[in-house]
Amino acid sequence: MDILQLVIISIVASVIFIILKDINPGFAFFIIILVGIIIFSSVIQQIRLIFQVIQSLGEQASVPGLYLETILKIIGIAYIAELGASMTKDAGLNSVAKNIELAGKIFILLLAIPIITAVIEAIVNFLPTV
Amino acid sequence: MLTDISVLFQIAGIGIILALIHTILKQMGKEEIAQFATLVGFIIVLYIVINGLSDLFNQIKSVFLF
Repeated sequence: MDILQLVIISIVASVIFIILKDINPGFAFFIIILVGIIIFSSVIQQIRLIFQVIQSLGEQASVPGLYLETILKIIGIAYIAELGASMTKDAGLNSVAKNIELAGKIFILLLAIPIITAVIEAIVNFLPTV
Repeated sequence: MLTDISVLFQIAGIGIILALIHTILKQMGKEEIAQFATLVGFIIVLYIVINGLSDLFNQIKSVFLF
């Protein structure tokens, strides 16, 4: 989808939000969620193309598949956590948003453990054995 | 898949009409029925939004290789 369309959609959505906020505050929040969904689902096809290019480049450079897959998973987790955190922050639940961010960081760290251990093993192999 | 702006207008319309129904029923003195109408409208909109969210999460799953 074109960038102009996305901008117009978000401007229209903010007008609807301002109208609906006084009449029916619960429905105004649904508008926020729906705008997020619309924008991301129009962008996700392009993200798929970019990832295909990254994967083919990685295969040509013979990077192990584990690393690229981990990186893509980390990007996905970061995006989902950011989405949830901003939604809950919009609803006024700041502490829940902080907890979601913490959970996202923990899961990212968990996914990064194999890479970290590989790096540390490589460093240990460089060290001279006495 | 929700890539259309019409769903935004749908939600806005449902919200405005529900507020109208709520006010009218309240004026008629039927408080419980007004609450019930609001609840039903809320459930309808929640159904739309949850469907969209599940679509979005499935797409994220398929793209980010989960």
